[in-house]
Amino acid sequence: MLKDITIGQFFPGSSAVHKMDARVKLVLTIVFIVMLFSAKGMAGLCVCIAFTLLIFAISRIPPAMMLKSLKPIAPLVLITALLNIFFVKDGDKLFEWKFILITDKGIDTAVFMVVRIICLIVGSSLLTYTTSPIDITDAIERLLGPLKRVKFPVHELAMIMTIALRFIPTLIEETDKIISAQKARGSELDTGTLTEKVKGMLPIFIPLFASSFRRADELAVAMECRCYHGGEGRTRMKQMKAGRRDVFGCIFTAVFFAAVIAVNILTK
Amino acid sequence: MSIIKTEQLTYIYGENTPFRKVAVDNVSIDIERGEAVGIIGHTGSGKSTLIQHFNGLLKPSAGRVLIDGEDINADKKKLRQARFKIGLVFQYPEYQLFEETVYKDIAYGPKNMGLSDEQTDMRVREAAELVGLDDKLLDRSPFELSGGQKRRAAIAGVIAMQPQALILDEPASGLDPQGRERIFDIIKRYREEKNSAVIVVSHSMEDIAGFADRILVMDKGSVFCFDTPPRVFSRAQQLEQIGLSVPQVTKIFMKLRKMGFDLPDDVYTVKYAERILKERLGGQEKV
Ligand SMILES: Nc1ncnc2c1ncn2[C@@H]1O[C@H](COP(=O)(O)OP(=O)(O)O)[C@@H](O)[C@H]1O
Ligand SMILES: [Mg+2]
Repeated sequence: MLKDITIGQFFPGSSAVHKMDARVKLVLTIVFIVMLFSAKGMAGLCVCIAFTLLIFAISRIPPAMMLKSLKPIAPLVLITALLNIFFVKDGDKLFEWKFILITDKGIDTAVFMVVRIICLIVGSSLLTYTTSPIDITDAIERLLGPLKRVKFPVHELAMIMTIALRFIPTLIEETDKIISAQKARGSELDTGTLTEKVKGMLPIFIPLFASSFRRADELAVAMECRCYHGGEGRTRMKQMKAGRRDVFGCIFTAVFFAAVIAVNILTK
Repeated sequence: MSIIKTEQLTYIYGENTPFRKVAVDNVSIDIERGEAVGIIGHTGSGKSTLIQHFNGLLKPSAGRVLIDGEDINADKKKLRQARFKIGLVFQYPEYQLFEETVYKDIAYGPKNMGLSDEQTDMRVREAAELVGLDDKLLDRSPFELSGGQKRRAAIAGVIAMQPQALILDEPASGLDPQGRERIFDIIKRYREEKNSAVIVVSHSMEDIAGFADRILVMDKGSVFCFDTPPRVFSRAQQLEQIGLSVPQVTKIFMKLRKMGFDLPDDVYTVKYAERILKERLGGQEKV
């Protein structure tokens, strides 16, 4: 079913990670990425792994979700591994056959890169698992707030994102329904040549476009009726407040970052 | 043999996610050929999910669906046959119209069945006539029609496939009383002309009371009861407990019974009520 693809993959919950301020989480995610890339060796990376696993445990997201977030990037991971194994030429020779040369340094780099990518994806997907898409957009709008000074349309962009996010599940559901309705009339969507397949999509795309336009129209009218006039002077229903939990989160991250740097220096 | 039969049918949305939801729970029912069945239940009681099993759009999480005695999920060919034997009209079917003209849209189903052009043409015209769409309208774009016309054009698209069972999910929702009546007339006529079973899903008792041979009442994914209208409505109080509003007349008769009048408990149409009252009032004209 199409509906099983949840965009943003928000996983509602009530853990400390869920309750943190979205702005803080967003910034800490960026800090986490910097931390990952400043780790120089396997030891530093192990600190990052520990950090990721700890947060995953605190957020009480089912571990199976970790794997799910990795699925789409599996090919990327594989290619990275292969490239490093086959193309790193220095270090001690482990295996040689015709033009294929595998060295211990190659293997090391491959492992390092793969672990780093996995950590990156798993760690940053925690942000979308524990924060609703709307909160993330809100946080982005707040963090980009200063750019308003230079006439950058921060509010408008955030509004566009919010609306898009709001309608993605609706449209997915709608697509599901239309597909079912056309199947009930005997359409076969996945057979035939390419042109036949494209033609087979028309009974789905045309109603889908028609309904998107209808919804856009309705939404525009509804917004106008509520006197929406852009970001100027608008107040918010949900105020974002950073609290003790967030301070704690920052300290927690800082400790691990310090550990990574310490490990870097020690293993030099 | 029954046209549709389910055996311990269960369907679960989002298995292995935190959003897991048992939408249909152990449903075993039989629908006879040519029967008129009403399916009612509170919103979210699993009506739409249930009917999507009848033509194989959803695969049971457990249990079986038999059409004409054959398990439709056994192989692909059976599934495709089931799609044509059982016609399913979704809620708000007008949102699925897509062709350039109404004619082409109605012809979409018959074409997919592999019928010849002449046969298709006959079916389209017959279906359009049945739902009351003028020949003139057939060459228009479906997007130019009025709401009620669009709805009828979409229904014609399924009727043109001449299914042995026509299923409609809330066919009258969002229409005015006249439009509603018109839709139910179409359904009744299709049943009479083709001797086909018709199954209508609704959350309004009033819509269904007058036309169904049997009523399937769903509650939280399970069958609450599946019986003739008088038997179903005699349990009016329980129906109200599961969030269904019974027809106005039934309510009045319930009150009268509470006040101590000796009246039957299965009154669900105004006609029947009128007859009973006339009888009880002992020939005194005009109630
Ligand atoms: N595509 C879906 N994904 C997840 N849950 C669904 C989906 N469709 C329906 N449900 C859930 O299944 C239950 C039954 O829904 P449905 O069959 O549409 O009920 P009804 O038609 O009686 O209103 C509801 O609780 C609904 O939230
Ligand atoms: Mg429904």
